[in-house]
Amino acid sequence: MVDRSGTPLVEMRDVSVSFGGIKAVDHVTVDLYPGEVVGLLGHNGAGKSTLIKCLSGAYKMDAGEILIDGQKVDIQNPRDARKHNIETIYQTLALADNLDAASNLFLGRELVTPMGFVDDARMEAETRKIMGRLNSNFKKFRDPVKALSGGQRQSVAIARAVYFNARILIMDEPTAALGPQETQMVAELINQLKAQGIGIFLIEHDVHSVMDLCDRASVMKNGQLVGTVNVNEVTDEDILGMIILGKKSGD
Amino acid sequence: MAEAPASGASTGRKNILKTLEFDTRLLGMVGAFVIVCLVFNILTEGRFLTPRNVFNLTIQTVSVAIMATGMVFVIVTRHIDLSVGALLATCSAMMAITQTQFLPSLGIDYGTPLVAPVAIVVGLLTGAIIGAFHGWLIGYLAIPAFIVTLGGLLVWRNVAWYLTSGQTIGPLDDRFQMLGGIGGTMGETASWVFGLICVVAACVAIWLARRSRIAHEFPVKPMWAEFVLMGIAAILILGFIATLNAYEVPTRVLERSFEDRGMVMPEGYSEGYGIPYSVLLLIAVAVVMTLVARRTRLGRYIFAAGGNPDAAELSGINTRLLTVKVFAIMGVLCALAGLVASARLSFHSNDIGTLDELRVIAAAVIGGTALAGGIGTIYGAILGALIMQSLQSGMAMVGVDAPFQNIVVGGVLVFAVLIDIIYRRRTGDT
Repeated sequence: MVDRSGTPLVEMRDVSVSFGGIKAVDHVTVDLYPGEVVGLLGHNGAGKSTLIKCLSGAYKMDAGEILIDGQKVDIQNPRDARKHNIETIYQTLALADNLDAASNLFLGRELVTPMGFVDDARMEAETRKIMGRLNSNFKKFRDPVKALSGGQRQSVAIARAVYFNARILIMDEPTAALGPQETQMVAELINQLKAQGIGIFLIEHDVHSVMDLCDRASVMKNGQLVGTVNVNEVTDEDILGMIILGKKSGD
Repeated sequence: MAEAPASGASTGRKNILKTLEFDTRLLGMVGAFVIVCLVFNILTEGRFLTPRNVFNLTIQTVSVAIMATGMVFVIVTRHIDLSVGALLATCSAMMAITQTQFLPSLGIDYGTPLVAPVAIVVGLLTGAIIGAFHGWLIGYLAIPAFIVTLGGLLVWRNVAWYLTSGQTIGPLDDRFQMLGGIGGTMGETASWVFGLICVVAACVAIWLARRSRIAHEFPVKPMWAEFVLMGIAAILILGFIATLNAYEVPTRVLERSFEDRGMVMPEGYSEGYGIPYSVLLLIAVAVVMTLVARRTRLGRYIFAAGGNPDAAELSGINTRLLTVKVFAIMGVLCALAGLVASARLSFHSNDIGTLDELRVIAAAVIGGTALAGGIGTIYGAILGALIMQSLQSGMAMVGVDAPFQNIVVGGVLVFAVLIDIIYRRRTGDT
């Protein structure tokens, strides 16, 4: 069981984002505790990706605040988010296809030699180490990542998030493009990271994955938060009802 | 321990190439260049590959080649720069005015050692500022590079005209002219010394790369392959220097230089030109730009932003500032190219660098830079410039009419890109 007596790792309070008059996110509040996985659910366009991109620095919020360990923080861009040990695995993976795995893993945070040049040999060695842990089948260290399969690309994106000691991990549909075996790999990884005390926001479409992997689920519809529930206190149908009807069962 | 297993009994041609880890695209370009040279050599009955013509070809390529290395960065980041020829003209005009009007008005007259360095610094600053301004318009105000630099083409061409009132300005400072080509060469001995240093540097680089791979327990090439690579590098470097040294200074010029020093030229005395300083400058630019591309964060970000701009942004790279830097580098290189071009002519002319933008883009593209972004090499762009210049001067030597020369060059550009597309499709290299 997740201990929710202390200060939450992350709180997003009363967050609003609009695009040209349309409220993509409308006064939403969610939180996340260490060692917890919180699923974010909703139809396409419900606002879950937009909400979470405020935390990863890809979007700026119009109103609301973000607290990390109870302290208010200002996240203006992805660099700020990284400073707070927030790592994101985007649905699009955000890989530079023309570069190899090591260059992608360290993109924006290259290891350099004392002379200030990028240290490709050391970065490749580190990449080999972490890949040995995450996906031991991974062998194509020299090829540009466009030559890799969907699962291999996914493992590069995951390795990038895990390598830099993330405390807060955002995963945007990490298993959408994966086969059953690779999905299993991601599930195991999530449990492993959870055990290390990392907090994970998991954006998911699949209610079953949420029931398997998450501790709590926050459901959004039309930019508003429908509600947050403890996964072991509800059924698949309850959550589906929240997604489709936009209200908590019993309301 | 880290020795790669020898490729067994089957040592076909492909296997040897594979063991040497040659870049097949580079080989293709070198092959095309060799064919161009050989064909023209046959058509001109051996006049194309003489030391004299190789020397001329080399100094004629420098200006476009310098700019082409910067165009690689511009195109890799998915932009284009149509203003390089006009920017070259503005920088050249600024450098010419500095020498002939600005400095003399301060009492620093023609012939003072200070003239050339000050003029060069003024030119480089002009290029850097204008380039950075283009980059700011493109990166921060989000105006497409095509439009900004199309406007720049008109603006800077005519700023140069306005600055000089359309006049030819010259002669330029003697020391300044030394960077033009034939006006400043290293001489035979210094060229050999430089060549030997290059050979040693190449061998050390190959050796260090091997050691670093062994230290990280990565597979390495067999020893013989490393030695073959070193041998090829040595032959190419020393062969090039032998050719430039074989181009002899005309007897009349030598006699005059002895007379100036109050001496009589000994019977049978001869002297080769050796490496022109402008070529030395191109080599320095090539080395620095290759280092930037492969070994610095800036280079890594340039290629990342070209491969996937969103990913670069999400990785915390400031892509707007990156655009400013890329165009500022382009501006500095335009100034260097303007320096070489005006020094070679010994004066600034109003039409200097006209149509260079097209030659520079063509050189980069023939050299394998993909307009879709993310892919390109510095050596490829220089080789592209060399191929273009060889075609142009080869056809002029054969006596092809001017319109046909341009028709052929245009056709070659399109054909080269077609070959590249087919090559990439075959190798699955997008």
